[in-house]
Amino acid sequence: MRDVAIIGMGMNKWGEIWEKSLRDIFTEVALLAIEDAGVDHIDSMYVGCMSSGLFVGQEHLSSLLSDYLGMGPIPATRVESACSSGGLALRIGFIEIASGMSDLVLVGGVEKMTDVSVGGATFALSTAADQEYEVYHGITFPGLYALMARAHMHKYGTTRKQLAQVAVKNHYHGSMNPLAQYPQKITIENVLASVMIADPLRILDCSPITDGAAAVILAPLDLAKKISKKPLVKIIGSGHATDTIALHSRKDLTEIKSTERAAKIAYEMAGKSPEEINLAEVHDCFTIAEICVIEALGFVEKGNGGPATENGVTSLGGKIPVNTSGGLKSKGHPVGATGVAQTVEIVKQLRAEAGERQVKNAKVGLTQNMGGSGGSSVVHIMEVV
Amino acid sequence: MSSPRYWREIPQRYRMEAGKCKKCDKIFFPPRLICDSCKSREFEKINLQKEGKLLTYTIIRVAPSQYMDQAPYAMGVVELKDGVRILSQIADCDFDKLEIGMPVKIEFRKIYSEGEAGIICYGYKCVPV
Amino acid sequence: MVGITGYGVYLPRHRIKVEEIAKVWGADAQAYKKGLLVEEKSVPAPDQDTITMSVEASFSAIKRAQIDPKRIGAVYVGSESHPYAVKPSGTTVGEAIGATPDVHCADFEFACKAGSEAMFVCLGLVESGLIEYGLAIGADTSQGAPGDALEYTAAAGAAAFIMGKDNIIAEAVDTYSYMTDTPDFWRREYQFYPRHASRFTGDPAYFKHIVAAGKGVLEKVKLKPKDFQFAVFHQPNGKFPLKVGKLLGFEKKQIETGLLCPKLGNTYSGSSPMGLTAILDEAKPDDLIFMVSYGSGAGSDAFVWRVTERINQVRDLAVKTQEMLKNNKSYVEYGTYAKYRGKIRKGE
Repeated sequence: MRDVAIIGMGMNKWGEIWEKSLRDIFTEVALLAIEDAGVDHIDSMYVGCMSSGLFVGQEHLSSLLSDYLGMGPIPATRVESACSSGGLALRIGFIEIASGMSDLVLVGGVEKMTDVSVGGATFALSTAADQEYEVYHGITFPGLYALMARAHMHKYGTTRKQLAQVAVKNHYHGSMNPLAQYPQKITIENVLASVMIADPLRILDCSPITDGAAAVILAPLDLAKKISKKPLVKIIGSGHATDTIALHSRKDLTEIKSTERAAKIAYEMAGKSPEEINLAEVHDCFTIAEICVIEALGFVEKGNGGPATENGVTSLGGKIPVNTSGGLKSKGHPVGATGVAQTVEIVKQLRAEAGERQVKNAKVGLTQNMGGSGGSSVVHIMEVV
Repeated sequence: MSSPRYWREIPQRYRMEAGKCKKCDKIFFPPRLICDSCKSREFEKINLQKEGKLLTYTIIRVAPSQYMDQAPYAMGVVELKDGVRILSQIADCDFDKLEIGMPVKIEFRKIYSEGEAGIICYGYKCVPV
Repeated sequence: MVGITGYGVYLPRHRIKVEEIAKVWGADAQAYKKGLLVEEKSVPAPDQDTITMSVEASFSAIKRAQIDPKRIGAVYVGSESHPYAVKPSGTTVGEAIGATPDVHCADFEFACKAGSEAMFVCLGLVESGLIEYGLAIGADTSQGAPGDALEYTAAAGAAAFIMGKDNIIAEAVDTYSYMTDTPDFWRREYQFYPRHASRFTGDPAYFKHIVAAGKGVLEKVKLKPKDFQFAVFHQPNGKFPLKVGKLLGFEKKQIETGLLCPKLGNTYSGSSPMGLTAILDEAKPDDLIFMVSYGSGAGSDAFVWRVTERINQVRDLAVKTQEMLKNNKSYVEYGTYAKYRGKIRKGE
């Protein structure tokens, strides 16, 4: 297996991008990544996208996006794993380079969610859960995470305020990210006064509906050293695991085992422990998710996610800054793009290009991307070379 | 909801039909083709017991369109006496009386209708005991 | 001998008071309460309908009958609010209780006597030997037009009876049916609410048919009203059953146990059947029960039941009528009631 480096990245401002179609949103960032990498061709491409079929009636993204990219009749693959589609696309692109099959791989993620009504978007998102035994009974995604939140609050005493602090922190980080959908700062009072969606989660506990894309270019490290003029970021660990699709089938409703397992594989591969991670981009689709994930990643002890967040452990300047990009909450969550955008943030930070939100001495970063209520997780660990 | 898709799940939706692994006794709801515990492929058909306890709950206030008339409604993960867990609405409950650990039982209810002219979908909900 | 081997009842937990309805339409609540002898009625939640209530009532009937549901040879649901216009409620009920697939099924309708018809037919099929057990259900979630007198009483509930030859808890001594073409109350296809002919629904309709069927069965069995411990009649309001009982020669105390309308409302096809379940909850062995249903259009089915020893063994095996009526009540105001009953026009 060869070493794999990230040599280029591209991302656009996320939000309700009415004037641009899915193909344009994707092509734009793909070209930015190619430019950033300084390459004139690519060998193959992977696209993470949860549901272009339901959102814009378009499948066969492999053909569509390779066509519009203008880089020739290259092999192209659409990767789907609900909200972890982007992270999974990265893993598969990594494997293609590591195996020696290709030398320049574009990994992108895209989702165009605003062509349908909110009801239509909610329905498309609900396909990440068990249709017959969860969605049929009237559950929504906020509902599933609310069930986890209440169980976590009951078992560990996690408080409503601690959940709110996740959103406050991520908006604070996002206010320093010009590409974020909602870069406004918010307060705990704002969160606690916002509309209740599924007790105890309110609208400001939930990530938004977003249009957006992100892309990176991967190359074998040896080639990267020859052609790249920018600091190189090496992928040193990659882990992937699934869990039961239905929340109610899980042994412990307060744990995200798929993330634990994926992280274990990634840590082992990277030869790193949680203490050696300088910063992380995690999947805060809902505030409770970030709390459960930082526990699953081993950044804090089980049950301590709430207090740790409250005490600033995961804020910029804290022991392990989490979601300096603003996370899904402030940056936005165009589903298939999220996993790739997390990678873009880590690369920015490891290259020391993160401006106001730069983590000092960032050497090792981690991305955690997950699907549904934790049915799949992909974890990557990256180190600056 | 398409007719075939609805009809296929009727034994589970109406009668809580589950599959019990003949080798290790693990119960699967809905039934499976392979036991993830002992890898056996042989199951016997059983109906789940209708009593259980509430493990966690939420109150859905912003509901999908077919459930709009029922909102706000409570939903919970319930562990039935057989050890099987299900997700269902908790009907006929006072929200402020919901408590983790409280006993509930299964009742047959309407889940939703496909508008004014489509099929009517029935299934299980839990009610406080 | 043929009769009831198991019975069950189900009604929703929500109620609305007469005062709540009267308030909205600017009507005199006290006058309605006095005139109709009704205080409150049951309101089905959006997830309850004739089918769901029939299923739960049937589960209770099966518990009391103590039989394998596969031995049920017919499933009949009588209602004037079947969820589908075409697709029998009985198919879903039969599937849910595990009686399918070797079973006969049909839906019955005849305004408020659809339930008693199903009972009559089951008795006949069991007696003839064509089936071993028959499940007869009377259930409704009927609508009263907003602002109309019927809105104060149109309620929801279900009663289920398993008829058989073995382990009988109430023997069907005899029956008598009386029917004429009388347009007192009707609903045309595609109309949401029924219509009625006001005072014409009294003497020429309700009273005439119940009295005729009642007298008919009394003559057949050669008994007098005083021979009965209980009498139950169709209950469109709390007053009519008392009046018709008196006409036939019954006393108030015989009618009281089965008179649920004041606290329940008119459950249409469930009306006299649920009165019967309330009586069976309390009757003693050898008690005689007089029952006459009424369905607009019009007709009445009369039954004479004799309770057996076995009632004491099975009565407690499932929930009782007064338990459902009294426990766990939850009152709604008119807005919620209108939302639950689909009376609010919504967008596409």
